Amino acid sequence: MSQMSRQISMLKINGLDLEVERRGSGSPLLILTNEEGLELDSPLLDRLAESHELIIPSAPGFGHSSRPEWISSPDDISYLYLDLLDHLAIKNLPVIGFSLGGWLALEMATKSHEIFSKLLLVDSYGVKTGGVTDRDFQDVWTLHPTKVAALKWHDLDKSKRDFANMTDDQLAIVARNIESFARFCWEPYLHNPKLRQRLNRIQAPTLIVWGQNDGIATPAYGKSLAALIKGARFETIASAGHFPHLEQPEVFLALAHSFLG
Amino acid sequence: MFAWHFTEMPYPYLPPLDSLSTMRVSLPNSHYDPKIGADLYNRYLDEYVIASELGLNMLLNEHHQTATCLDVAAPLSAAIVARQTTKGRICILGNPVANRNDPIRIAEEMAMIDNISRGRLDVGYVRGVPYEIFAANTNPTQTVEKLWEGIDLTVMAWTSQEPFNFEGRFTHRRLVNLWPRPYQTPHPAIWITGSSDLESIKKAAGRGYVFATFLQPYDKVKAMFDAYRSNYHDRGLPGGGGMAYMPLVYTAETEAEAEAGAKELTWYLAAKAEPQYRNPPGYVPVSFNVNALRGTYSGRTDAMRAQSIEFLKEQGVMVYGTPDSVAKQIKRFYDFVGGFDHLLMMQQAGSLDHARTVKSMTLFAKEVYPQIKDLPRSQPLNNKAAAE
Repeated sequence: MSQMSRQISMLKINGLDLEVERRGSGSPLLILTNEEGLELDSPLLDRLAESHELIIPSAPGFGHSSRPEWISSPDDISYLYLDLLDHLAIKNLPVIGFSLGGWLALEMATKSHEIFSKLLLVDSYGVKTGGVTDRDFQDVWTLHPTKVAALKWHDLDKSKRDFANMTDDQLAIVARNIESFARFCWEPYLHNPKLRQRLNRIQAPTLIVWGQNDGIATPAYGKSLAALIKGARFETIASAGHFPHLEQPEVFLALAHSFLG
Repeated sequence: MFAWHFTEMPYPYLPPLDSLSTMRVSLPNSHYDPKIGADLYNRYLDEYVIASELGLNMLLNEHHQTATCLDVAAPLSAAIVARQTTKGRICILGNPVANRNDPIRIAEEMAMIDNISRGRLDVGYVRGVPYEIFAANTNPTQTVEKLWEGIDLTVMAWTSQEPFNFEGRFTHRRLVNLWPRPYQTPHPAIWITGSSDLESIKKAAGRGYVFATFLQPYDKVKAMFDAYRSNYHDRGLPGGGGMAYMPLVYTAETEAEAEAGAKELTWYLAAKAEPQYRNPPGYVPVSFNVNALRGTYSGRTDAMRAQSIEFLKEQGVMVYGTPDSVAKQIKRFYDFVGGFDHLLMMQQAGSLDHARTVKSMTLFAKEVYPQIKDLPRSQPLNNKAAAE
């Protein structure tokens, strides 16, 4: 669990209630969590918060953020996040996006040259590079849940979550996150067909980090994504699956600190 | 009381079921032999024709990518039955309007069958069971909204006599202009299914639609029917609304024979599906999934799985026995739930063969149906009574 004080507020952004956490102090750093919100209670964010003020929004339908009908894709969410940063009067900040959060960071970066100083993407979704019968991303909704967990995690023990000891509110957030992930990413599956042709607009220095054992989106996919972004650097982390920052936090932090400076 | 014959048109010639992880969605079609399938299609359609001759109505449905149901296009089977019979009503229960992405095509198909059958068609709509999400690739988080938008659009298409445009959330059409119009006025009776969502039941009742539910225990059915009754409005639709219930039904000359038949019907309840197919994300509300995470909810049909036929009979999920016993069980169910209008009978499932299926259907039609036919139509708890 997080040891640092967490300031969580509900902000009214373009008519919807967005849950936004501020944590730590220093230069601002936007954190876009994965679809399960697993970073929120991990020690990783506390470590990053030692040198940055983290800005951590929950996407519509995730956490306690509301989910109006008109939000139907990561493309929509990215405009909302741009509105959020306008509201906070912050720009030219670095971002770390994990998995779905990586996709959101890509969407934002293609829409504004001024918003990000640096992009750090971790096992990101968002772009389809393969053909019509290729699975760029293994299908987390048609595979047996035990198979999905095995593809996602290098060390299955780290995947375990203690649902029995969660409160109703915590469980409702887990359930909302699962539901909203499907709402936005069901079809097209985990990508925006327009995004690939928009990647040329990204100007910020970009580092793409990938778990060497990610079975959901393989390192080969990550490499092909990196190749589509001008000047992007690609790094892998050994003994880690789809969430390398959670399985190997020290290795990840070293990469992150050296990239963010 | 109206009685309906029903089969899902199963393909039961599979390897031992305990060797399969799923019968739905991803069971490879290498298990399907078209020569056997051709025989099955013709046999099941023959049974619908026999049902018509016996004075029963005909209920059809569709599913996809599953050995439990070869009827993948209920409008096709309903059209065949419409042309091959001259009496008895035909109901598709239902059109998966949330999964088909083309409500206007559904409106056209239904209007065409209504014309061919000279007004014998009832049009059911279903949201679709969870497994269907995958075959149709429908976003599972918005099927209810999509269902209702689709129903509204088909009704507009049937009743509008001028071209109109429609730009909804899920369907956009620049010029809707249905040829043919339905045979019945203002349009065929509409049915809708449900299994717990009382808000949807109230909505259906308020519009004068028939509400149908399947394979549920008495007390749950009563709660749903009470919700329907207390919200019913007569909208002047053909048939006048009402409630429908489907158990598995097997009628035989002896109790022993009935038990044997009933056991074969449980093949349907035993149909397996992997867990990810049973509860796609957002198909049920967050509160259900909180219970799922706690391990106290695993999908809607699981409660009935692996129960004994005696238990299922006690709950009203199965009805089987000699004709007098079957009539008694139906009357008991009728009394317990406060009355209903349509008995939907799954009289064939699994490998129950043609001869035994027809024997059960015939015994029901000749010896049971006369005993329950005159059970009064269900009464709305308020508002004016449903038109007969």
